[in-house]
Amino acid sequence: MSKSNFTRRGLMKTGAATGAGLAMPTIFTGAVWSAAHSGFTNAPQGDTVTFGFNVPQTGAYADEGLDELRAFELAVEHLNGQGDGGMLQTFSEKNLDGTGLLGKRVTFVSGDTQTNSDAARASARSMIEKDGAIMISGGSSSGVAIAVQGLCQDAGVIFMAGLTHSNDTTGKDRRANGFRHFFNTEMSGRALAPILEANYGKDRKAYHLTADYTWGWSQEKSMRTYTEALGWETVNTVLTPVGAGDFSSYITPVAQSGADVLVLNHYGGDMVNSLTQAVQFGLRSLQANGKDFTIVVPLYSELMARGAGANIKGIFGSQNWDWKIENVLGDRYTGTNAFVQSFGTKYGFPPSQAAQTCYAQAILYADAVTRAGSFNPCAVAEALEGFEFNGLGNGPTLYRAEDHQCFKDVVVVKGKENPENEFDLVEIVDITPRDTATYPVDHPDFQGGSLGTCNPGA
Amino acid sequence: MESIILQILTGLDKGSAYALIALGLTLIFGTLGVVNFAHGALFMIGAFCAVTLHRLLQFSHVVIDETQTDFLGNPRKIEVPYIYDWLGEPLGRAVIDWSVPLAILFAVPVMILIGVIMERGLIKHFYKRSHADQILVTFGLAIVLQEIIKAFYGANPIPMGAPSAFVGSFDFGVLVGFDVNSVIYPYWRLVYFGFSMVIIAAVFAFLQFTTFGMVVRAGMADRETVGLLGINIDKRFTIVFGIAAAVAGLAGVMYTPILSPNYNMGMDFLVLSFVVVVVGGMGSLPGAVLAGFLLGILQSFASMSVVVETIPGINQVVIYLVAMIILLVRPRGLMGRKGVMED
Repeated sequence: MSKSNFTRRGLMKTGAATGAGLAMPTIFTGAVWSAAHSGFTNAPQGDTVTFGFNVPQTGAYADEGLDELRAFELAVEHLNGQGDGGMLQTFSEKNLDGTGLLGKRVTFVSGDTQTNSDAARASARSMIEKDGAIMISGGSSSGVAIAVQGLCQDAGVIFMAGLTHSNDTTGKDRRANGFRHFFNTEMSGRALAPILEANYGKDRKAYHLTADYTWGWSQEKSMRTYTEALGWETVNTVLTPVGAGDFSSYITPVAQSGADVLVLNHYGGDMVNSLTQAVQFGLRSLQANGKDFTIVVPLYSELMARGAGANIKGIFGSQNWDWKIENVLGDRYTGTNAFVQSFGTKYGFPPSQAAQTCYAQAILYADAVTRAGSFNPCAVAEALEGFEFNGLGNGPTLYRAEDHQCFKDVVVVKGKENPENEFDLVEIVDITPRDTATYPVDHPDFQGGSLGTCNPGA
Repeated sequence: MESIILQILTGLDKGSAYALIALGLTLIFGTLGVVNFAHGALFMIGAFCAVTLHRLLQFSHVVIDETQTDFLGNPRKIEVPYIYDWLGEPLGRAVIDWSVPLAILFAVPVMILIGVIMERGLIKHFYKRSHADQILVTFGLAIVLQEIIKAFYGANPIPMGAPSAFVGSFDFGVLVGFDVNSVIYPYWRLVYFGFSMVIIAAVFAFLQFTTFGMVVRAGMADRETVGLLGINIDKRFTIVFGIAAAVAGLAGVMYTPILSPNYNMGMDFLVLSFVVVVVGGMGSLPGAVLAGFLLGILQSFASMSVVVETIPGINQVVIYLVAMIILLVRPRGLMGRKGVMED
């Protein structure tokens, strides 16, 4: 007769030890996963991750906002492996393979900023708190961008700014959780000054009409700095309300002011209206101080050119990007044609610079998540800081660690005299290289704030 | 001096719009006793009548031009309006070019119909309710109308051009002996001012010289007595509501080349037009017109840089300041009847 050594207690001990041993790898990797994927706001659960796109769908900047939303939708499609892949094919980093992000399918929610800081904050808050958005992107107004950037800092999510051009976004109001791909008014001033000097000389008198909020003030200051350095005199500066519609009472005093240049520090629908009315009141046919009166629009876009029609012809301005840039200036701007093909096929018209910057921001965020191996905003921020990349249409670009501002070439454009079609409204006249557009970290116009520390939230 | 003339001219076109909207508001308040906060929405709908006609005239079929390529390198699709096929390209282009003035013909019946439906369908149920109720219901109606327009036409301003014959500007300075280009004024704004004068004159002539107008004026003075004479004054007042809607609509149609139509444009004008009505005198038609032009010009002067530099922000509040002063000093307004709004 054989005797068994198994006892009930022994069996339970052995079972527990075996179970623990078998489970060890799972517990170990699970702990690592848990550490990387929890302890921050809206850590994704399940098989999806949600992006929040906060764009103006109404108000003076609605055209830009709707184009931003189109670009975001396209970016999400490409991240999930749908469509032709767009700029994922040309992007210098090859981490994004069309399978979503860290094994999760990307979804998105959108909100209307109404080009209003309070509405934008409410919309962003709702997307973070109710929809569980892991990041917020978008915006077509610096006032809105700064407000939402502050909210995202407090909430512990990354803010990938859309179209925001005020120096303050990455200057006095910069935040550790906020990143800007778009250029700024300092870069516009640096880019435009040599062109204005070459075309209009050093003896000019300028009258500024300025949108009365952070971007307008920043744009006016940069333009004054660089034009006054050329020798231009600033005759007058007048602040105008955003969305004024009828600018005639602001434009009529210009002709009697002694100025021979009108600088329109307006954007979107405001710029379309103010430029159209300036032309209606005959400013472009005036002679002042023995010179042809001229108009300058420091921040330009194809969408505004479309709205302004023939009034834009011959007017200089600056852009972050242009859909023709790869065809005109070659492979340095690779990614442009892939994006235009992808966007144009889906929507039937070429993308605006607002669309390009938002698409790039969505891709840059996704790439940073992949490189960091985590959705933790602080890991993502670390991956973006000092990141050098190419292939997103702007040429070689740096996300400077010290202020979270992208540095890249700036495009100087002019309203085309003889457009070949309804989209061929802007002519590229010059490129300001990245080195020239780059300003020191301690530039006086960017002082008064600090990034602070990254906030992961929960 | 040139600056002063220019500001007067600039104030005239804005004043024309205020006067036309305030005229309709006053007609409705004088006849029906209703404070119509949906009147700005009627101005906006008028503007969208112009947009609608412009789009209808541009309704197109696509022709593929193999000799040209689009931005993606594909054969270019060219949209050809059907009106070119029906009238020939030169005449078709001319009709599209003149779509804003032509929209007057389209807008008049549409606006009268909308006015009558509004009055019979909703507003008549609030005649015996308080002004607060009337304001709430008409304001709600304005928001509904705005959202309908937004749903169909989107939120963005839609640029509309004046006929090419009126593109450009008029050198008013040369006419009065100043330097060339010293007082430049766009042709279309002159057209708008002239148009508003014609409409205002037509409304006054209609009320003054027709039997219908005489009955309406009598009804405005003493509704009960007119009713006792066997006249159906309600029916006439409904027609007056339709006329007031048409006046606001026409103001909107012709304003489209000055300000690109958007769904919210009526609200901007509505508040100022109410101030105009109060300043002119509640129920006074000449008062509404006079105050419209006066406040338009005043607002224009307040926007002069020398004024804004002296008193920052004055251009935003000047109209309200004037209204406050008028209400304190002369509560019945500039041309209001004695006793009205004075208790």
